[in-house]
Amino acid sequence: MKRIAKDRLSQLFDRWSQGRPLYLPVSTPAGAELKPYQAGVTYCEALNTNRSAKDFFFPQTENMMDFKVEGKTIEVKEPVRPEEDFVLFGVRACDARSFELLDRVFLTDPVDSYYKARREHGVVVTVSCRRPAETCFCTAFGIDPAAPGGDLACWPEDDFLYFTPNTPAGEALLQSAADLLEEADEQQPEAGKQALRERLQKLPIRDLPLSSFSEDKLLELFNSEKWGPLAESCLGCGTCTFVCPTCQCYDIQDYDTGHGVRRFRCWDSCMYSEFTRCAHGNPRLTQKERFRQRFMHKLVYYPANNEGLFSCVGCGRCLAKCPVSMNIVKVAKALGGEES
Amino acid sequence: MQEAMKARAKELLQSGEVSRVLGWRRGEFAYDVTPAFFEDEAALEADFVYDAFCGANLSKYLIRTGRMEGRTLVFLKPCDTYSYNQLVKEHRVQPEKVYVIALACNGMADVEKIRAAGFDGPVGITEQGDDFVVQTLYDAAPLPREKALAERCLTCKSRLPVAGDETLGQPQGAGPLDRFAGVEALENSTAEERYEFWRGELSRCIRCNACRNVCPACSCEQCVFDNKKSGVANTAPADPFEENLFHIIRAFHVAGRCTDCGECSRVCPQHIPLHLLNRKFIKDINELYGPYQAGADTESRAPLTNFTEQDCEPGIVHERGVK
Repeated sequence: MKRIAKDRLSQLFDRWSQGRPLYLPVSTPAGAELKPYQAGVTYCEALNTNRSAKDFFFPQTENMMDFKVEGKTIEVKEPVRPEEDFVLFGVRACDARSFELLDRVFLTDPVDSYYKARREHGVVVTVSCRRPAETCFCTAFGIDPAAPGGDLACWPEDDFLYFTPNTPAGEALLQSAADLLEEADEQQPEAGKQALRERLQKLPIRDLPLSSFSEDKLLELFNSEKWGPLAESCLGCGTCTFVCPTCQCYDIQDYDTGHGVRRFRCWDSCMYSEFTRCAHGNPRLTQKERFRQRFMHKLVYYPANNEGLFSCVGCGRCLAKCPVSMNIVKVAKALGGEES
Repeated sequence: MQEAMKARAKELLQSGEVSRVLGWRRGEFAYDVTPAFFEDEAALEADFVYDAFCGANLSKYLIRTGRMEGRTLVFLKPCDTYSYNQLVKEHRVQPEKVYVIALACNGMADVEKIRAAGFDGPVGITEQGDDFVVQTLYDAAPLPREKALAERCLTCKSRLPVAGDETLGQPQGAGPLDRFAGVEALENSTAEERYEFWRGELSRCIRCNACRNVCPACSCEQCVFDNKKSGVANTAPADPFEENLFHIIRAFHVAGRCTDCGECSRVCPQHIPLHLLNRKFIKDINELYGPYQAGADTESRAPLTNFTEQDCEPGIVHERGVK
């Protein structure tokens, strides 16, 4: 185990940002956001970023190709592939798990080449949470913020950060700054980790009644009468889907640039009236069906296709951001209670 | 107040005067309340809540009550009654299907401000006299009321309801609060500074459409931005300038109809001060056409949909010029 004193962090960031961008949480008017590091930028230790870290592998908009029209010829131009190395520092355990969930969608056949390129070129450094928020419920999904995923895990304790590599890429990143780091005792962070785990046991929404969300109850859950009252306050905005680290739906659109067409993809939201629109319109006629789709996807459909793994990491962003405070915790408690 | 509201709601349900109650349902913590329809006394008893976190404006939900059986009882804070009047004026809400109880209000709290004041993990928040006591996962401490109040409540236009079949509590007008200071600061900056300010603020937009969907003045059955044939995307922009246009077009669309309820800024997950755009329009209308408050009544003609000989001429744009 290696460690570095917090007052020497800028040296570490200088090193890791050589020849490639390093993104880390900084304070902004919207809250903490992952921004590129440069000299003078201060690392913000806020619990979680306003937007999730998925943006770095699956950005909100992405150009897929340009069509340049001249007379009767059309030239097809491919955009530059996202093949630039980068480092993400300060990712929390919940967001790190979200990458694993997204991998199962984008890296299985047909492989999403844009996502794959970014995953291959990004190194993720996670930082453990010391003071979880009331909206945190990652433990409900088996995530241990004392031992977060990512390529390199970091534990903050007093004036030091302690590093444990999880992958060869993390090991290599650590090696690249070997001269800045000092050897540390493996036992040093243990007391703090124990205290964190005790704290997690006291979080108000640490447990969710998830056992009844299984494939064999799919129709029962789908037809539950509770969806109506649960969805009645939903505004049909896309806030929950856009701040969610695991929402992965996108739409492909063409944009008239004036001298051709730009084909881009952008995040879509099942909450929107235009979602999965086909010839006859949206197959989900009212907000109730759109609302149900989101939670059935997270709690039933995704697990049915992925060995029972839920498509939620308990980051709590939807709890903090929904304009009407309706969220996956309230849905799981309302529907899960029926069966358990 | 909460108990008086519940008692009155039960009476009205029992007498058959109303078929349901539109109010707020308690959440997991002190602050995460959700607008909800309550069908019977048991539901009211179990989940109905009214406290300093019931900031959500319920008036837009009344649009759907026109298609429901019977009358709906709704609780409206003074600022919500302006939205209600405006919706009645625009024939979007049928007043005969609604029973309004207006509430006295001395401001709503904003949990984001409580977090910003250094309270990590707020779970319980109680009112103690004029102030709050915030219980967090880690400790408890008092917080002066003005530090917890939402921006829109610190610049409240009036604490006197303008609609209601009856009123609960003793509404008292707020002191002279200046809601245009923020707009004036922008007006006094240069055009370049204003441009930079808005490009910076609007660049954070993620096009979640929460501002539009919560807005009582945005009550179109289908928004132009939800029409793919309109050539503008509702999800994400091809061009960052689209974002800026979206908000400015929306501000134009609600100009003269926006009551300044402040819901747009409350719901923005990116903390964009959208109310400043609307307040600029309100301030300009006041200055160019005489004082006007959208939603103050249900009958009068609004300056932008009326003509009088005193109206300013289009040349006003030139006369005012660009600073």
